[in-house]
Amino acid sequence: MTEARTRKWNWAKYWDSLRFALYCMTHPLDGFWDLTHEKRGTMAAANTILIVTLIVRIMKLRYTSFLFLTVYWEELNIFLYLASIVFPLALWVVGNWGLTTLFDGKGRLGQVYMATCYGMTPYPVIQLPLMIISNFVTIEEGQFYSVLSVISLIYCALLIIAAMGQIHEFSGGKNLLFTVATLFAMLVMIFILMIFFSMISQGVMYFVSLAREFMFRI
Amino acid sequence: MTKKRILAAVAASAVCLFTTVLMPSVAYAKENDSYTYNIDYWGDVQDSPDFYTVSSVFTSSDLGLDVKMKSPEGLFMYGDLLYVCDTGNNRILELKRESSEKLTLQRIIDSFQGADNNTFSGPTDVAISEEGNFFIADKGNARVLKLDKDLNYLMEFNKPEDNTLDKDLTFQPSKLAIDTAERVYCIASGINKGMIKYESDGTFSGFVGATKVTFDFADYIWKKFATQAQRAQMESFVPTEYDNIYMDYEGFVYACTGAVTREDLRADKADAVRKINLMGNDILVRNGEWGVYGDIHMGSGGGYEGPSYFSDVTVFENDIYICLDRNRGRLFGYDDQGRMVFACGSNGNMDGYFRRPVAIEHYGYDVYVLDTLDCAITGFVPTEFGSLVYQAMDQFDQGDYEASGASWQRVMDLNGNYDLAYIGIGRALLRQERYKEAMEYFEVKYDDENYSKAFKQYRKEWVEDHIGIIVAVILVLFLVPLGIGRIKAIRHEIDTADIFRYGQQ
Repeated sequence: MTEARTRKWNWAKYWDSLRFALYCMTHPLDGFWDLTHEKRGTMAAANTILIVTLIVRIMKLRYTSFLFLTVYWEELNIFLYLASIVFPLALWVVGNWGLTTLFDGKGRLGQVYMATCYGMTPYPVIQLPLMIISNFVTIEEGQFYSVLSVISLIYCALLIIAAMGQIHEFSGGKNLLFTVATLFAMLVMIFILMIFFSMISQGVMYFVSLAREFMFRI
Repeated sequence: MTKKRILAAVAASAVCLFTTVLMPSVAYAKENDSYTYNIDYWGDVQDSPDFYTVSSVFTSSDLGLDVKMKSPEGLFMYGDLLYVCDTGNNRILELKRESSEKLTLQRIIDSFQGADNNTFSGPTDVAISEEGNFFIADKGNARVLKLDKDLNYLMEFNKPEDNTLDKDLTFQPSKLAIDTAERVYCIASGINKGMIKYESDGTFSGFVGATKVTFDFADYIWKKFATQAQRAQMESFVPTEYDNIYMDYEGFVYACTGAVTREDLRADKADAVRKINLMGNDILVRNGEWGVYGDIHMGSGGGYEGPSYFSDVTVFENDIYICLDRNRGRLFGYDDQGRMVFACGSNGNMDGYFRRPVAIEHYGYDVYVLDTLDCAITGFVPTEFGSLVYQAMDQFDQGDYEASGASWQRVMDLNGNYDLAYIGIGRALLRQERYKEAMEYFEVKYDDENYSKAFKQYRKEWVEDHIGIIVAVILVLFLVPLGIGRIKAIRHEIDTADIFRYGQQ
């Protein structure tokens, strides 16, 4: 973001960096190396990819054929649904950066975020056409839907792992080790957050009940 | 069906962890406000107009009995005669159905001729073959009696001689069913190997249709390492006993059992109802969104909890079957595809409510339910809504699709929350080759298979109608880039042609 702010907004650079996401999809190792080291990627493009991913995820709810995805609208909370991407993403980025920075990781927090967002490219690229096609097939022909849907997720995961290895300049083994460690770190963070929230709510409840008791006595 | 939900569930699961902390949600079960209800695609309880209404309740005094009925247990309908096993009084009552509001006492059967012991001891079930011979489960006397229609002793079926049976076990036949060849299918307390099958000459020919044995894999591992003494202490993996059986008009035996746990039912490991063919295999169709086990919400309410306890089942001539839930005093109707047609009833003392219903029989679409604590028979007749549903189904089976569609439409006018009505209209439209309209009805109620059928035909028609345009579009898609490439190539050749270059220089 700093680059974009200090310099004049550069459409050509933005467009080029966005198209670079497609290059990263097909050439993960080369692409993700250049992403940070050659400064081919931009924060604006990363944000765009994230936003497009979120939009596709919401559109899927409405426009996927009911054969493959039925939505219980009464209990759907759109913000929580978006959080199912954003929240793990935030945990991943923070967890990964926090760990790798202690162990010679070269990537900075912003770069981890940018590379992860670039790694999510296959999701909109595959899911959007899949969503459209789902309306033109029957349930018997629908097997490919679930297969492709799973492939898009695995693809994303592989890209993100590859991206982390490249931006931190890790070897393959070390990269895998830190992927597992990051997942573990995410769990720890969830655990701490849960404790934090339950403590806070207990604390608040204490004062609420105190106030209630007080009201009764008056 | 679960597959689809899993997709949504997986997506939400990550969030769930988070939300449970932020927003303490209160789990609640919807109280059933109406007497009749149904369960929709999502598993929500949808109130419904009454499907059956009580025509009359027949108590001992209504029937003009001098000795009041005492814990009666069995019902059997033969023509227009309704037989009631008055178990506590060791007799069988023969009632004649005059109309849906009237049952008259024909005779009281408490003894027969031609045997030393010519009385009954706690008869629990009676069945009558096509020839008119009586088969009576004489539980206290450890025998199944066969009498002719004038109550002369013909023969009896005793404890099967089988090495796998415990020698000391007293034979207590409780329920029975007779097929057209007078073969006897019987269930007895303490025998869990399935139904006991006797040939018509009285020889025991084997056990058929034992329930699936379910066990926990963890338990299995534990057992492997346990000592003999420990193993004896543990629960053994045995099939459960059936509670009741019913022979349908085609000769299939419907067997129900209440000894099932909620976990097994949900994991599809146990069946509350089974349809057993001659081979002893279960052939019940379970295409509904939810299993054929009554209530899917099993939370405690009003002192009752756990899954529905099916104590009896009866099958109509159109393959709709009604299961009787002893636990919550309910009737559950299912169609031939295993989809719930209706659910109604409750525990209580009013007409149409039960205390301990044990047996169900039908006459046409009328239903009789026997309550063993109330010692009363409750007669039900279908309401306008119920009759319309049956009518629509029958018309569909007879191939009168237009009329069936119209009947379903009237059902839908009476109950807009009735999934089967939408699917029924859709199926009628599908048969009339009105695919586009059918698709809309199927989509509303998430019937993916029928939708796919309709869509497949619709797509075929669409392609046939638009074949010209499709070919044109494909041609354009191929020819235009080809042409552009060609033109570019020619232009390039011209631009680089030697003659012009020389000319320029």
